[in-house]
Amino acid sequence: MNKAKKGNMARLNRWGYIFLIPFIVVFIIFQLIPLVNTIYNSFFENYRSGLKQIGPNFIGLANYASLFTGGDLIQYFENTMIMWVLGFIPQIVISLLLSAWFTNPSLRLKGQRFFKTVIYLPNLIMTSAFAMLFFTLFADSGPINSMLMQAGILSEPYSFMSHVGSVRGLVAFMNCLMWFGNTTILLMAGMMGISADLYEAAEVDGATPTQIFFKITMPLLRPIFIYVMITSLIGGLQMFDVPQILTNGTGDPMRSSMTLIMYLNKHLYSKNYGMAGALSVMLLILTGVLSFIVFRVTASDQVKKVR
Amino acid sequence: MRKKIVSIMVASAMTAAMLAGCGGAAQAPAAEAPAAETPAAEAPAAETPAAPAESAAPAESAAPAESAAPAGDEGSVLNIEVWNEEFKSRITDHYPGYEKVDDTTGKIGEVKVNWIITPSDDNAYQNNLDTVLPGNADAAADDKVDIFLVEADYALKYVDADANVAMPLKDLGIADGDLSKQYQYTKDVVTDANGDLRGASWQACSAGLIYNREAAKEVLGSDDPAEVQKAVADWKTFNETAKKMADKGYKMTSTVNDTYRVYSNNVSAPWVQDNAVVVDANIAQWVEDSKAMVDAKETTTAELWSDDWSKGFYPDGKVFCYFGPAWLINFSMHSDDATSIAGQGGWGLVTGPQGFYWGGTWICAAQGTDNPTLVKDIILTMTTDDAVMEEIAVKDSDCVNNKDVLTKLAGDSSFGNAILGGQNPYQMLADGAELVDMSNISIYDQGCNEEFQAAMKNYFDGNATYDEALAQFNKAIVEKYPELTAQ
Repeated sequence: MNKAKKGNMARLNRWGYIFLIPFIVVFIIFQLIPLVNTIYNSFFENYRSGLKQIGPNFIGLANYASLFTGGDLIQYFENTMIMWVLGFIPQIVISLLLSAWFTNPSLRLKGQRFFKTVIYLPNLIMTSAFAMLFFTLFADSGPINSMLMQAGILSEPYSFMSHVGSVRGLVAFMNCLMWFGNTTILLMAGMMGISADLYEAAEVDGATPTQIFFKITMPLLRPIFIYVMITSLIGGLQMFDVPQILTNGTGDPMRSSMTLIMYLNKHLYSKNYGMAGALSVMLLILTGVLSFIVFRVTASDQVKKVR
Repeated sequence: MRKKIVSIMVASAMTAAMLAGCGGAAQAPAAEAPAAETPAAEAPAAETPAAPAESAAPAESAAPAESAAPAGDEGSVLNIEVWNEEFKSRITDHYPGYEKVDDTTGKIGEVKVNWIITPSDDNAYQNNLDTVLPGNADAAADDKVDIFLVEADYALKYVDADANVAMPLKDLGIADGDLSKQYQYTKDVVTDANGDLRGASWQACSAGLIYNREAAKEVLGSDDPAEVQKAVADWKTFNETAKKMADKGYKMTSTVNDTYRVYSNNVSAPWVQDNAVVVDANIAQWVEDSKAMVDAKETTTAELWSDDWSKGFYPDGKVFCYFGPAWLINFSMHSDDATSIAGQGGWGLVTGPQGFYWGGTWICAAQGTDNPTLVKDIILTMTTDDAVMEEIAVKDSDCVNNKDVLTKLAGDSSFGNAILGGQNPYQMLADGAELVDMSNISIYDQGCNEEFQAAMKNYFDGNATYDEALAQFNKAIVEKYPELTAQ
């Protein structure tokens, strides 16, 4: 009897593996091979000049060396992080507030469905269209400038695209606007998973809404919160389309809004697989390290518990 | 048992479907994949006309079609790589014997014409050429590119002797004498290092200074072209006029990028010498003049084609002049809008401080074409035939690349341009085309010009010093062309 059961298990396991084949094959072809290939490519001089192919010649770590000697990499990383933080802080604050309101049964908000749809809408617009829209809105002779001038706030048009603060601010604002709906929905899902008994018990004990939020909601929301932080961080590191279109690919003024991926894109003009590969590898390492730090800091309790 | 069979089937179906998908793509290298599919889809269509074509060969040669493609030993499909509809409409309207089949195909005699349109946004057109042209000679007969078009900014990349993707015109049997009526600069643009011509254009996009007549009357006291020319005869007087314009509330130009082409067309040496990027004195002059103008609020730093740039097309925009060729005047200045300056015929044209050109399309024969006779005839008909070129000038308002035709049009008062208040621009454009000197172009021009303007914007906006902006330009150039070194 026992033996038969074991055999059955083994057979079922075999089916498990067979059903895993499609995923594994797709993963190997579309993820693992490109990944290994990228690392391999980063050791070669390999680009095109006009119609002439130069390389591939093995040059060891020269691509990495030139990546670091320029000192630009640090600047682009800084730009990326500044724009991400500028966008992420208001985004997470608004999302927490909205999801707390939406999930709070005692508030009985009307038209919840409508608002949930509306806050998600910006995410449905194509990013490039959204960036184009902002580019036009904030042009020197665009509607924002003419409104500010008619209201008497400005005496002459403010050139939004020529100032570091305004360009970074706009990028952050757009990212915030596009993603706060998504974050709200994720956080709401987390909050709805918290048992209503806890809230009732807290209310019976006379806790204030602020206390409930910080003592009950936030600790229990932590797993989802970490997930949101890490996905947003990875998304932030890969920030590309908004600043690319808003600044027409230049990252101006003086490349102060150039992100890492925009820099990567610059190397694709000459199909420079060597430099682009080296940059991608650095990005991979960076993403890994940062995600690890975020996880360590925000989930320090769990880490200790596991130990 | 039954369950087991079902699960085997499901699993194998999944795996098989997936492997089939991968296998198909893996068989052919990515670049050839689309090409490999096309003949399969077209095979029946291509075979059917091929069979009667042979039997009907005598009948066809008797036909008066001057294109007279020898269908016997040449290809039955003519593939043309383009980035927009322009050349297609010129061929449709003016090439004898061309019949339109649908939006992307046509027929010349028995030869099927395929228009392969790849927009030039994001470098897509060039990326496409880079993929198909090097292996063109080995492609299947019906997939060979026969003709491709290029723009001046990157023409040298494709007419390069080493790259050898465009056929020298002499190999097609086109002699230099056949092109004697064309302007020299249009030949410079497509001449390789050995002096061989590898393309030809039907347009001569020489350009001038397009001025706002209203502003000229108000500030200069006259809108007569001869008088206005005196006020913009060289850069020094141009800058002095700019001050007068600013005093009356007019911007001299809409943006600094308006004048860039004029300066950059008149450089004394190419951008790149011995693999190093060198900023020419005339370009440095542009930076100096433009910075002064921006600081004095006589112009702006907006991008070309942006709304901020084109607001000067209307009287409220208060812009004195633009720099551009005939196509800018005819198609881009909102002449269909009666409230625009163009709609009211309020522009005038003068030569301006220096001669320059803007735009133009060159026809190249792809190396490896299997329709050389037809390609030769298309190039000759579209770029040298007086009658066809006059037709193009009249119907499409192109400034055609033919000295005789332009001289004739210049002498004909019925060719006054309503947008220019009735002024006949052809004499000026013809003279301008003689002035343009493009012997200093290099394959790096497009990248250098774009990056230089982008970098200098920082300097003009006050976000960087000249040296910092120059450093950023050098950085961007090395990214684009890793083989170059900065100064």
